[in-house]
Amino acid sequence: AMLDPDRGLSLTIARVVQRLQGSSLHSQLERQARVSLHKPEIKLESLKEDIKDFLKTSGWEKKLQNAVYSELNVFPLPCHPAAPPEHIKEPLAYMRKAQGSWEKRILKSLNSMCTELSIPLAQKRPVSEQKELLNKWNEMGTDEPDLSLFRPVYAPKDFLEVLMNLRNPNYENGEQPSFRNHLGLIQVPLKVKDISELKEDFSELGLNIGQLGIDDSAQVPPEFFENEHVRVGQKVLAEEDSAAAQQYVRQGCPTAFRADLWALILNISNQPEDILYYEQLKSNVIQHDLLVDSLIYKDVKLTASNDDYYFVFEDYLYQVLLCFSRDTSVLEHFTYSSATPPKSYIQGKLGMEEYAVFYPPNVNYNSFILSVAPLCFLYHEPSKLYQVFREMYVRFFFRLHSISSHPSGIVSLCLLFETLLQTHLPQLFYHLREIGAQPLRISFKWMVRAFSGYLATDQLLLLWDRILGYNSLEILAVLAAAVFAFRAVNLMEVTSLAAAEAVLADLSTLKVMPLLQIFLFATVT
Amino acid sequence: FGTMAGKVKWVTDIEKSVLINNFEKRGWIQVAENEDWNFYWMSVQTIRNVFSVETGYRLSDDQIVNHFPNHYELTRKDLMVKNIKRYRKELEKEGSPLAEKDENGKYIYLDFVPVTFMLPADYNLFVEEFRKNPSSTWIMKPCGKAQGKGIFLINKLSQIKKWSRDSKTSSFVSQSSKEAYVISLYINNPLLIGGKKFDLRLYVLVSTYRPLRCYMYKLGFCRFCTVKYTPSTSELDNMFVHLTNVAIQKHGDDYNHIHGGKWTVSNLRLYLESTRGKEVTNKLFDEIHWIIVQSLKAVAPVMNNDKHCFECYGYDIIIDDKLKPWLIEVNASPSLTSSTANDRILKYNLINDTLNIAVPNGEIPDCKWNKSPPKEVLGNYEVLYDEEMAQSDGPERDPRGRSGQSTGAKGSRARDLGKPVLTTWK
Repeated sequence: AMLDPDRGLSLTIARVVQRLQGSSLHSQLERQARVSLHKPEIKLESLKEDIKDFLKTSGWEKKLQNAVYSELNVFPLPCHPAAPPEHIKEPLAYMRKAQGSWEKRILKSLNSMCTELSIPLAQKRPVSEQKELLNKWNEMGTDEPDLSLFRPVYAPKDFLEVLMNLRNPNYENGEQPSFRNHLGLIQVPLKVKDISELKEDFSELGLNIGQLGIDDSAQVPPEFFENEHVRVGQKVLAEEDSAAAQQYVRQGCPTAFRADLWALILNISNQPEDILYYEQLKSNVIQHDLLVDSLIYKDVKLTASNDDYYFVFEDYLYQVLLCFSRDTSVLEHFTYSSATPPKSYIQGKLGMEEYAVFYPPNVNYNSFILSVAPLCFLYHEPSKLYQVFREMYVRFFFRLHSISSHPSGIVSLCLLFETLLQTHLPQLFYHLREIGAQPLRISFKWMVRAFSGYLATDQLLLLWDRILGYNSLEILAVLAAAVFAFRAVNLMEVTSLAAAEAVLADLSTLKVMPLLQIFLFATVT
Repeated sequence: FGTMAGKVKWVTDIEKSVLINNFEKRGWIQVAENEDWNFYWMSVQTIRNVFSVETGYRLSDDQIVNHFPNHYELTRKDLMVKNIKRYRKELEKEGSPLAEKDENGKYIYLDFVPVTFMLPADYNLFVEEFRKNPSSTWIMKPCGKAQGKGIFLINKLSQIKKWSRDSKTSSFVSQSSKEAYVISLYINNPLLIGGKKFDLRLYVLVSTYRPLRCYMYKLGFCRFCTVKYTPSTSELDNMFVHLTNVAIQKHGDDYNHIHGGKWTVSNLRLYLESTRGKEVTNKLFDEIHWIIVQSLKAVAPVMNNDKHCFECYGYDIIIDDKLKPWLIEVNASPSLTSSTANDRILKYNLINDTLNIAVPNGEIPDCKWNKSPPKEVLGNYEVLYDEEMAQSDGPERDPRGRSGQSTGAKGSRARDLGKPVLTTWK
């Protein structure tokens, strides 16, 4: 049943109020209000109005606005009040079921690894080991433990296989397969946008609008766009307005402002209590040893250490990821994620909640690592780096690792990519399919890693500007299609999957904004 | 016979593929040293022989070599420091604003080489300076060696007792260049990225010293130490922490063969702009260009500006945590060995662009040409300083042009840093 809009609004308001009540912002606002009573401009007769004015002029109202805006961005709109909580996680039953099976598989794999290696999932560290770890906290990269027995729990292509096998049991496609049907790998009937809808959604990327990543190139005089854009950026930062920042970054962030703009959009304040929270997570890491730590360690060694840009930040990656796997505040996002975290207990403390540790649904840390690494170019304070990553994860990246029907979920992105390609480059699509090179097989790894590790860092950051600006991951699918369009001529000449992979192996020279702009706004549809 | 007649004949005594492939792709012909050659890419030992008084080698107009006869004025650590000190004193004598000093007596614009002394000659002067800061660390480098050989750190006078003895013995003790060391104040507050120390390697091509014309290669790189930097004294002996030479890092346990511990300069720029802001980053890069040009101006008067010569230098620069760049040394023979695939490509392109500037059109050279290549052949080089242009034109807004997108940032634009020379490069 459709929800009455007023009802929906009051439910949303109630939920936001409930979430903000008892938050540190709430207590700060109360404290500010109390402090303001001493001020001469606060008069008893007009107490309520005067305090409100005070909060506005002192910038506290803006902070509250940002917090509300953040809540609205992150949490989905409520559906019918009678809907059970699973529906907020994922409305489609067959998707929930598929996610559940996938999780079981992962957990089984983890458990068997534990048994094989005789290592518990979680155990308390002996004191001497704790001391040692504390000492080398800032240089875990120099360790060389024997990790040969640890294998990655799964590879991206395993996940792709699962997605390819998704079927909606209620959907009967009786038609004979024809080229009009979807010929890609994803066979579930989710609604995805077409180019005209994308053009509307991403209107700020249009040909007539200035972009960083295009209109700031060396050949363009800065007076045309760049100078003004920088000026506006300074204003947005001075106003500390999350909503304005989100709108602004659609045209890209000047490099010097990016760190602050992203933090503003994600509503990250780096207050003392945030730093304390991070330190607490760090001490959890020191005290308890988790099986996933070794997996994290191995994955960082394999991915970041060998990357031209990210190797420098190897040590930060361990710190962030080890803390992340112990961060129970991340559990909140599972209310709107289709995933349910497998839970485990420190050895010997079965059932005791304070000794519970959860496993993020994606224990293939490969993708995690690549989503932390670019942030190291922006934030060098560990607690701030951590918070930004965590917020990016619970807003966006978790959707790349779980099976859901959400428009920014990996299933929808795959389908969007395939549909765009099939609709606008049918010859290319058909050719690749004929030679056994289904395009998704190549582009899947790009999307599941949000292109990290494939694009040059400055280009990646321009792309992620737009993820934040549009609060959606759909741009990943559009870029993937744009890349194929760009290399279409070479791709038409290949005759094997391997050759197609080779044409698309190196994306490090691509400029993402021109590709996106041309694909969306300058391609004949 | 027609096709062979116009081809450049080349010789080299450095067997590196990045060189040879470049010669071959131009259709040049390899010949032996004792034959008629047009282009000789020589090692520094060979250049010593070519221009030594004994051999009396006379180069003809169609012969070009890749070193200046007395390049060591710039590339030997002790001579570089000596020339820069002389240059500063001369400017001071002239009353030039460049030689301005601050209230502590330090040059404001020309303090870019860490305090350095020659050993054993300046031993006593060094001790005086050392005692002012007894907790400081100093780096000992042999004058005549490269690749990090023979370098060690000291923080106690007792560690260099040998040079104290040498300085006290009678003056006829031969100070052969093999025994001479320089001792420099160690930069113990380097800028760290990811907790790691790094230095910058920049390539600078000089086609003539008088008038000075030099080009900077846009694709320089940062070399990272594989081990976490710590200024702690117990790690002084651990060369993997302190030295960034690839030759040394390559043997560390953590050396990685895929990226070789290197970052492009454009990565560095992106990181600094993102974490420190645009103004300070631009200022840093302007200062780096400045110190390179000043070092060349310092040696220009003593350089044998032989018209048969050009030279591609490898500049080593360290940035401290206040974002001040320091000139550590200049290499006449930057390594042409490649440690990774990317490296190989970089060095191949470097040689290619160098040859395009030094040997116009790839044709038999005429050393009397004006050494002013058209803009199109610069490739990844950009003009760093052109004395002739700087003197003939008035102050220009952007004398050096902008670099392309490949550097990830624009080339420097003229900025008013309060130093009139920088904005006009006069």
